[in-house]
Amino acid sequence: MTTATERVPEAMPESDGAWRSLRAFLRNPSAVIASLFLVFVTLVAIAAPLIYPEDPLSMVTRPFLWPGQNPQFPLGSDTLGRDVAAGLVWGSRISLIIGIAAMALGVTIGIVVGAAAGYFGGRIDDALVRLVEIFQTTPSFLMLIVLVAIAEPRVESITVGIALVTWPTIARLVRAEFRSLREKDFVTAARGLGYGHLRIIFIEILPNALPPIIVTSSVIVASAILMESALAFMGLGDPNRISWGSMIGAGRETLRTAWYLTAVPGVAIVLTVLALNMIGDALNDALNPRLSSER
Amino acid sequence: MTAKLLDVSSLTIAFPRGTPVADFGFAIGEGETVAVVGESGSGKSLTALAIMRLLPRTARIASGSIGFRGRDLLALPEPDMRKVRGREIAMIFQEPMTSLNPVLTVGKQIAEVLRLHEGLSAEAARKRSIELLDLVRVADPHLRVDDFPHRLSGGMRQRVMIAMAVACRPKLLIADEPTTALDVTIQAQVLDLLDRLRRELGMALMLITHDLGIVGQWADRVVVLYAGRGAEEADAGPLLEDPLHPYTKGLLAASPRLDARLHYTAGALREIPGSIATAQREPGCPFVPRCAMALPSCRISPPPLEEIRPRRLLACPPTAAQEQANASAVGR
Amino acid sequence: MPLLSVADLHTHFQTPRGLLRAVDGVSLAIEEGESVGLVGESGCGKSTLGKTILRLVNPTSGSVAFDGDDIAKVPSDALGPYRRRAQMIFQDPFSSLNPRHTIERILTAPLYVHGIGDRAERKRRVREMIERVGLPLSSLSRYPHEFSGGQRQRIGIARALILGPDLVICDEPVSALDLSIQAQILNLLVEMKRDFNLSYLFISHDLSVIRYFADRVLVMYLGRVVEEGTGADLWARPLHPYTRALIAAIPDPARRRQAAPIGGDIASPEDIPRGCRFHPRCAIATSICAKVDPMLEAHAPGQRAACHHAGQLTRPPEA
Repeated sequence: MTTATERVPEAMPESDGAWRSLRAFLRNPSAVIASLFLVFVTLVAIAAPLIYPEDPLSMVTRPFLWPGQNPQFPLGSDTLGRDVAAGLVWGSRISLIIGIAAMALGVTIGIVVGAAAGYFGGRIDDALVRLVEIFQTTPSFLMLIVLVAIAEPRVESITVGIALVTWPTIARLVRAEFRSLREKDFVTAARGLGYGHLRIIFIEILPNALPPIIVTSSVIVASAILMESALAFMGLGDPNRISWGSMIGAGRETLRTAWYLTAVPGVAIVLTVLALNMIGDALNDALNPRLSSER
Repeated sequence: MTAKLLDVSSLTIAFPRGTPVADFGFAIGEGETVAVVGESGSGKSLTALAIMRLLPRTARIASGSIGFRGRDLLALPEPDMRKVRGREIAMIFQEPMTSLNPVLTVGKQIAEVLRLHEGLSAEAARKRSIELLDLVRVADPHLRVDDFPHRLSGGMRQRVMIAMAVACRPKLLIADEPTTALDVTIQAQVLDLLDRLRRELGMALMLITHDLGIVGQWADRVVVLYAGRGAEEADAGPLLEDPLHPYTKGLLAASPRLDARLHYTAGALREIPGSIATAQREPGCPFVPRCAMALPSCRISPPPLEEIRPRRLLACPPTAAQEQANASAVGR
Repeated sequence: MPLLSVADLHTHFQTPRGLLRAVDGVSLAIEEGESVGLVGESGCGKSTLGKTILRLVNPTSGSVAFDGDDIAKVPSDALGPYRRRAQMIFQDPFSSLNPRHTIERILTAPLYVHGIGDRAERKRRVREMIERVGLPLSSLSRYPHEFSGGQRQRIGIARALILGPDLVICDEPVSALDLSIQAQILNLLVEMKRDFNLSYLFISHDLSVIRYFADRVLVMYLGRVVEEGTGADLWARPLHPYTRALIAAIPDPARRRQAAPIGGDIASPEDIPRGCRFHPRCAIATSICAKVDPMLEAHAPGQRAACHHAGQLTRPPEA
C-alpha cells in the first residue's frame, strides 16, 4: 500500500478562486462605490411603481418648473409639465432592462458561436469567422437603426437589435479563449474519457473562459444603455415607455432655456455607464490570478 | 588546491514570506567545475541570481558575503557590478527559447554584448560574433549569424546563448540547468562544449543541475542543497560512491539508472517519502520530516555544514558521529 | 492474440511548412499485462503515436487492432466502449487537471458519462480510488492548485484508472517531477499494474526510467521504430547506432569528461532525410544508407532493428 505522507493542504476557503477574486474586488474602493451606486439604481428601478405610482408620461403640473422650485417636484417638470423625477426613476427601468437583457442575449449568442468556432475549428470556424466579420465590418449603430426601423420600436425589438450588434465582440473573445484552452491536456483527457462535445464545451472549457467574458459583459451593459439612449434620443425608442434617452431627446429643443431637462438624465447615464466600466476594470484585476497573487 | 575564485559564505536570502536560502556557503576555484545539486525549491537558482546580483526586487540578502577575485560583490556599487556582469561572470539559463530576443538576429544579439563590454565597432563585433559561433561549434557560422532565433533548434539556441556568455572571456560561467530542456543526445553535446570552453578559456563553471549523472560525468566538486541549506559537499567521485547525507543517499537510491539493473519486476524503487514543501516551517534540520534516521536533537536547530574529513563537508551530526566512530574503529 | 496490435500506422499533419510525418509507418504489439517502453527524443512522434492509438488524433492510414476491433476505423461517436478500456496519463500534472473542478468532480465525471453505477456507487468507487493512489479522502473537496506536482500526478492516475481500463498509455508521467518524487510515482504505477492487471505503453525520453519500467522497448526516431527488443538484450547489445548513441549520451560517472557520442541535430519531421532517416547523423553510414530506407528486421532472437549495418560498430568497407 502506497501512502503519500506528504501533507494535503488544510481546508482553506480563502484559497478557493472565487473567494480570492471576491476579496480582491472588495479591496478596490472605486469598485465598491460603483457597485453600491448600481445597487441603488437597481433598487430605484424595482421600486419605481411604489415611488411614483402614476404614469410618468402624464402631465401633472405646469411646464418648465425648474428643479427646486416646487418641493413636490424636486427635479422640476418638462415642456409638457411631466415630472422629471418620475421620468428619471421610470427611465432607469428601461435602461437597466434593455442593458441587461441585450447583454444576456448578446453574450449567449456570442458564447455559442465563439465556442463552436474555437472548439471545432476547421470549416465550422471558417464559416463562423466570416459571419462575425460581416457583422463587425458593418457600422453597428447604423445597422441598429435599420433593424429597429424595420421592426417596430419596442423594448423587445430594441433589445434584440442591440444584442445583434454586440454579440460579435463576445464571439471573437470566446473563440480565442477556446482555441487556446482546447489544446490543454485536461481537454485532451476529457476527450480520452469519452466525454461528449457539449459536456467538454460547457462544463470543462467554458468555466475556464469565463473571467474575460464577465469583464466584457459589464462593459457591454454600459454600451447597450448608451445605444438605447441614442436610439431614444433620435426618436427610435419605445414611444410608450419613458427612458433617459427619450428625456434627453425631448429636452433637446429647449437646451438653451431649460438645460436641466437634458442635464439630469444625462448625468444619470454618465454615472451608470461610468460605474459599469469601473466594475469591469475591477473585475478584470480581481479575476486575473496573476495580478491578484502579486498584490 | 587551486586558488579560490568565488567564495560564497553564510548567504541568506529573505523574501517577505520566507527564507529560501539560509546560511549557505561554498567556494569555486579557478578553472574548476562545481555542481550545485538540488530539486526545485531548493534555492539553487536564487543563489546564482544572488551572485549576479539579479535577485527579484522583493528579495533581500539578509546576511553573508560573496567574494569574487578579492572583492565582496554584495558591497559593490551597481555601476561596478554592471561591469562584472557579462564580463567577469556570465550566466546561461535553462530555457534558450525565452532568453533570446525573437526580433533580433543572433549575430546582432552577440554583437550587442561585444559592443557594450569591449567597445568594438559594428564591423569588428560582427566578425567576432562569427568567430564565437564557430567557437561554440555552430555549423556555417557566417550564415547562421543572420538567422533569427526561431529558425534555430533548441540545441543551437543554447549554443548561441553560450557564445554570448563567453564573448568577453569571463572567469566564471554560471549555467542554470543548461540542458534540462534539451534532448539527451543534444544535452551530451552541450555539456561537452561547456567543458571544452572551460578548458580553452580557462574559466570556472558553476553547474546548477538536478541530474546526478551529469554531476558524476562533468563536475569536480559537488554541493548538495536542500531547502536552501547546504546538506553535503564533496568531490564528485567520492560523493556518488559514498554519499553520507540521508538526502543524497535517498536521491541516489531513488533514481533508476541504466547501470543499476533495477527492474520493476524485481522490486520497488527506494522512495524518499513526502516532498520538499514540508521543509518550510521546520526549526531544525529541513530534511527531518522525510528522514528515516532523524533523532530528537535534529529538530532543535539546523545543523551547519562542517568538515568531517579533508575535502568532505556534511550537515548531518548523527551521520558525522557515526563516521567518526567508524574511522576510529579502523584506526585502532 | 496481443491486446493491442498496431500495423503500418501513419499520422501526418498538414502544416504551413509542409507535410509533417509525425508517425510514419509504425507497427507494434502489446500483450496483455505487458509493459512496453517507447523511447525517443523530441519530434520523434512518440506522443503523437500514443494519441493516435487512443484516437485522440486520427490516423492517416494503418490499423489499430484492440481486442479484435480496428479502432482506426470506428466512427468517432462510437468510441465509448474503447474509451473505457484504454486510458492515458499525462506529462504535465498542472495542465492535465481542470483548474475549475474539485477532485471529486474530476473523478466522478467519467463514471457519470459512461453511466456506471448510481450516485452512491459512484461515490464509493471514487473514495476507494483516491485512497488507492495514496491520497486522503479530504482531497476530494479540494481544487487541483492546492496540490503539489506529485500529488496531482496521483490524481491523474486515479482519473485514468477509475473506468477500469486494460491499456494505459503513460506519456512521460514522471519527467515533470522532481527526482525524489519520481520514484514514488513509478512505484505507484507498478502497484497499479499488478493490482489491476494493466498493460502499459510507457512513453519517455529518459532511458533509465524506461530501463526500470519496460519489459520490452521500442526506440523511435523521426516517426519510425528503429529498434525493438526485450529490455535486457537491448541494453546489453544495442543493434542500431541510434540506440547506442542514446545509451552513450546518458550522463554517467563512468564516462568522465568523454566527448558527446553523436553530433548533429535531429532533422525536422517535415523534412525527413531520404534513405535511412538516421544516416546524416550516423557514424557508420555508407552509400546504401542514403538511398535505401531500411526495414525493421530481426537480427537476433526477439530483437529487431531498422539498419543496413545492424550491430556493426565501425563503418563496413563499401562494396
